[in-house]
Amino acid sequence: MVDIWSGIAQAFWLVFTLDAELLEIAGRSLRVTLSALLVACLIALPLAALVAVKRFRARRLVIAVLNALMGLPPVVVGLIVYVVLSRSGPLGVMGLLFTPTAMIIAQVIIIVPLIASIAHQSIRDLWEEYHDLLISMNVTQRQKIQTLLWDSRRALLTAALAGFGRAIGEVGAIMIVGGNIDHATRVLTTAIALETGKGEFALALALGFVLIGLAVAVNLAIHWLGRTEREGRW
Amino acid sequence: MIQIFPMQAIAIESRRRGQRLVGPIDLTLGGQGATVVIGPNGAGKTTLLQLLHGTARLSAGQIDWACPTEEARHHQAFVFQRPVMLRRTVLENLTYPLRLRGVGKARARQMAEEWATRVGLEPLLGRAAPVLSGGEQQKLALARALICQPTLLFLDEPCAALDGRATREIEAILQAAKSQGTRLILSTHDLGQARRLADDVLFLLGGRLHEAGPADTFFNQPETEEAQAFLRGDIVE
Repeated sequence: MVDIWSGIAQAFWLVFTLDAELLEIAGRSLRVTLSALLVACLIALPLAALVAVKRFRARRLVIAVLNALMGLPPVVVGLIVYVVLSRSGPLGVMGLLFTPTAMIIAQVIIIVPLIASIAHQSIRDLWEEYHDLLISMNVTQRQKIQTLLWDSRRALLTAALAGFGRAIGEVGAIMIVGGNIDHATRVLTTAIALETGKGEFALALALGFVLIGLAVAVNLAIHWLGRTEREGRW
Repeated sequence: MIQIFPMQAIAIESRRRGQRLVGPIDLTLGGQGATVVIGPNGAGKTTLLQLLHGTARLSAGQIDWACPTEEARHHQAFVFQRPVMLRRTVLENLTYPLRLRGVGKARARQMAEEWATRVGLEPLLGRAAPVLSGGEQQKLALARALICQPTLLFLDEPCAALDGRATREIEAILQAAKSQGTRLILSTHDLGQARRLADDVLFLLGGRLHEAGPADTFFNQPETEEAQAFLRGDIVE
């Protein structure tokens, strides 16, 4: 219990004094996670819409695979990305291992199925509602997808936030592919793991509280920007 | 303006799981007036409209327009019994079909405002469409269908869930559209509405076209026993 109070106090102190190292680590955490989120949304949302509106032979299989991949073990993802990016791997020549880019790649792989699955559910429900109207309006496949994505944007925000939550709290995969290198790939979660390993529980807790505060702040900011719960009932 | 009429349906049929829902029906439609499809529930009215519009697949037969089918579909619109509202404002619902067709933002907005005024929805332009009343939603659906000035408008029981006042308003909009040259094909089981709107009548029963002809003839001298019974208000199956 003492550790928790000490952690809270230390977290306040770190934030209040704008601790340079904390700002660097928190900034990197945000950069890596938001980049991964952006890339993942660009892949997952159109994919979810396409799977919702297009009828093709392997559609059910794709949905089942997406759902199954939601539970993808991050450590395994990290390991695979490590093998692919390592010097002897197929993309080793790009020299991405132990860089923030490698961490972004791992996070994208982890959160794409999560965002796509949640988004697919919402888009499918909306597609059921809009189906007759859009067909009667003779809209193209592209227009259908644009309409569905736009009109379900608030539900998609929830999907994106779920992805953000998963990515910002991720430690296993990014530890493997990032290496937790000081001033290079260290982020809040890997710093927490490091401090815990060193027995610095108060500092680890402080970083943990900062991480929680950051996640809540980003969630609130996205809700505010998305004007959720303000217009109408959707 | 491109000519899509006459439309000729030849032995069209709709089957589902081996069971015939509609047809075979032969039908020729000219380019003016209002055709009302009447018949009891389950007669196949909605399916016939969907087949003609092209949103339901033909199991057999063919539909020929005076122009290529895709072109003909471009000049049609459909209003559903339960209006489908885009999760947008009234204004955005009205501009949606225009924007799809490449109309500029400012022009689309201007046209939307004109149509909103015409159907009495101007004060609601900024309101979310899904929270409108049933009558307001149907007026919006109608305005959204008419805003692109379709040559042919299908309406599937557009007043089925509306009260007398809303029905009167919808019928006034339909009469105005008809007088401006929009061809109407609507289904209803409301004989009063059919009498008020119809120039021609298609009487469907059990998926088959039992009688077709001018409204006056149908209502005053129906040929078949089933049509006579239906007009008397008897239960016809």
